[in-house]
Amino acid sequence: MKTIEVKKPSGYATQIGPAHPALKEPVMFSLDIEGERIKKADFVPGMAHRGVEWMGMRRNCIQTMYLAERICGICGITHSISFSRAVEQIAQIQVPNRAHYIRSIVGELERIHSHLLWAGVAAHELGFDSAFYLAWRVRENVMDLLEYLTGNRVHYAMIQIGGVRRDIVPDQFPRIEESMKFFEDAYAKLAAVFLDDTTVQMRCRDCGVLTYDEARELCPVGPTARASGIKKDVRIDHSYAAYGDIEIQYQTPDLLTGEVRGDVYDRIITRLLEVKQSIGIVRQLLAMLPDGPLLAIPKPAVLLAKLKGAAGEAVGRHEAPRGEVMHYVRLEAGKDEPAAWKVKASSYSNYMAWIPMMEGEQIADIPIIAASIDPCISCTDRVALVRPDSRQILTKEDLHRLSVEKTRRIQAALAK
Amino acid sequence: MRFPMVQELLGQLFQKPNTNPFPAAQLPPTVTGLLEKVGRGEAALNPPVPVPAKLRGKMTYVRETCIGCKLCLKVCPAHAIDFIEGTKKIRIFVGQCIQCGQCTEICPKQCLALSDEFLNASHDRYADELVVD
Repeated sequence: MKTIEVKKPSGYATQIGPAHPALKEPVMFSLDIEGERIKKADFVPGMAHRGVEWMGMRRNCIQTMYLAERICGICGITHSISFSRAVEQIAQIQVPNRAHYIRSIVGELERIHSHLLWAGVAAHELGFDSAFYLAWRVRENVMDLLEYLTGNRVHYAMIQIGGVRRDIVPDQFPRIEESMKFFEDAYAKLAAVFLDDTTVQMRCRDCGVLTYDEARELCPVGPTARASGIKKDVRIDHSYAAYGDIEIQYQTPDLLTGEVRGDVYDRIITRLLEVKQSIGIVRQLLAMLPDGPLLAIPKPAVLLAKLKGAAGEAVGRHEAPRGEVMHYVRLEAGKDEPAAWKVKASSYSNYMAWIPMMEGEQIADIPIIAASIDPCISCTDRVALVRPDSRQILTKEDLHRLSVEKTRRIQAALAK
Repeated sequence: MRFPMVQELLGQLFQKPNTNPFPAAQLPPTVTGLLEKVGRGEAALNPPVPVPAKLRGKMTYVRETCIGCKLCLKVCPAHAIDFIEGTKKIRIFVGQCIQCGQCTEICPKQCLALSDEFLNASHDRYADELVVD
C-alpha cells in the first residue's frame, strides 16, 4: 500500500498589514513564525497608489517643483532640491552661492525636525509615550523657526529652479542662534532620555541587527546604512549645494559608544548624532553666508521660456533625513512639462534591510524594527501595475472551470 | 536601573502647559454653542499664537489693477485660479490654493499678495470667504 507523506508545517504564517495600527503607513508583512520567533520575513510594498509622476509630467517645471515638495510631508525640501538640481543641470543654470547656502540651511533644519519626529515615533512604538511627547514638544521649536524663515511649517516653498525664493537676513540670525542653543540643550536631554534609559536599552540593544556585511549587500542609505558602520553620505561623497565648503563627517554610532552593532539602538544613536551635527552645520553656514543674488533667473516668465528650450536628461540627488533621494528628469525642447520624471525616495533602498533585521526577532519587536529605518512608505510607493492578462482573483466561474479541467485530466490519465 | 525621564517628568509638574489652549482653555460641550456665546459677548476666545511676519496665508487680489494677462494661471501648481472670459479678471479658490506665492512673483502688476490670514477652514469649499475675486 502506498503511504502518503504529509509534510508537517514548520510553524504558523501570519500577516501584518496592509493597514495595521502598529504601522503608520500601508505596507504588508508576511511572516513565518514559530512560537514568538520570526523564522522568515517578507514584505509587500506598493499598497499606496499616488500617480504623482503622472501629474508632474502634465505640469511645467515650476509647477512640478511644488508638486515634488508634496511627495513627502516630512522631507519636502529634499524632493524640491533634487528636482531643481536635475533641471538646473539640464538647462545649465548656475545657482548663486548665497542660494546654495540657504538651501543647505533649510535642508539641515528639516533634518533636525525629521529626526526628532522619528525619535518620537520610535518612543511611541516602544510604549514610551512620555519620551514621544518630549521629542515632539522639542520639535515644535524648529517648526516655528522654519515657519519664521520660510512662511510655512511644513511646505516651505523656498526652492526655485536656479536658486531660492526667500533670503535669510542678518536680522534673523539671533532667532536662529536662539533655536540652535535650545537644540544643544535638547540634544543633551534627549540623549539622556533615549540612551541612558534602561527600558530603551533592553528593548533596542541587539534587536533588529543589520550587520556590516548584510548592509553592504543590501545597499541601504542614510542613517540605516551609517548605523551599520557604512560610511555613506551624499553630502560628503558627492557634495552639492554648500556642503563642499564646510567641515562635515560621517555620523556612525562608534563616535559615541566606540563600537558598531547595527541594532535599533545604534540607529537611535546615529539619528541623535545627526541632530547635533546639523546644529553645527547651520552655525557654520550662517557664519560663512556669502553675499550675492538669490536667483540665477529672477523673472519666472523668463525662467519658463528658458526651460521650454532646454533638452536633455539629468539626475538630481540629495541626502534626505532618511538617505539618498534621486530624481531623474528628462526635458524635451519645445515642451513646458518634463518628458519623464522618476522619483526614487530613500526608503526604497532601505526596505530590503527589513528582512535580515526581522528574522530571528520576536513578534513584539516588529513595530520598532519597522520604524527603525524611518520608512516613508507613501513617498516610495508610486504605481501598482495590474496586468489585465494575469488575474489574481479567482471567481466562482474560474474555480468551476479549474475543477472541470482537473476532472478531465484525471479521466484522461485513467483512460490511458 | 536608570530612568532619566522620571526627573524630566517631575520637573514638568511645575511648568505651564506648552500648548496654546485655542479656542478655549477647556473643551466646550459644543463648539458652535461656544461660538454663539462669543457672538453674544458672554464668552471670550483664547487668541491663537501670533504668526511670524512673513507667513504665507490667504491670497489677496486687487481687482482694479489686474490686466488679465493669465501669467498666474500658467504657474499655479494647484490650478486654483480661474480666468473669467467676460470680465478678463481672475478668481482664486482658497480651498485649492497651496499658498506657495508663485503667482505673486510672476504678476507684472503686483496685484496678488499673500496675507497673514490663516484660519480658512470651512464646511463649504465654495463659501464666499474662500473665493477671492
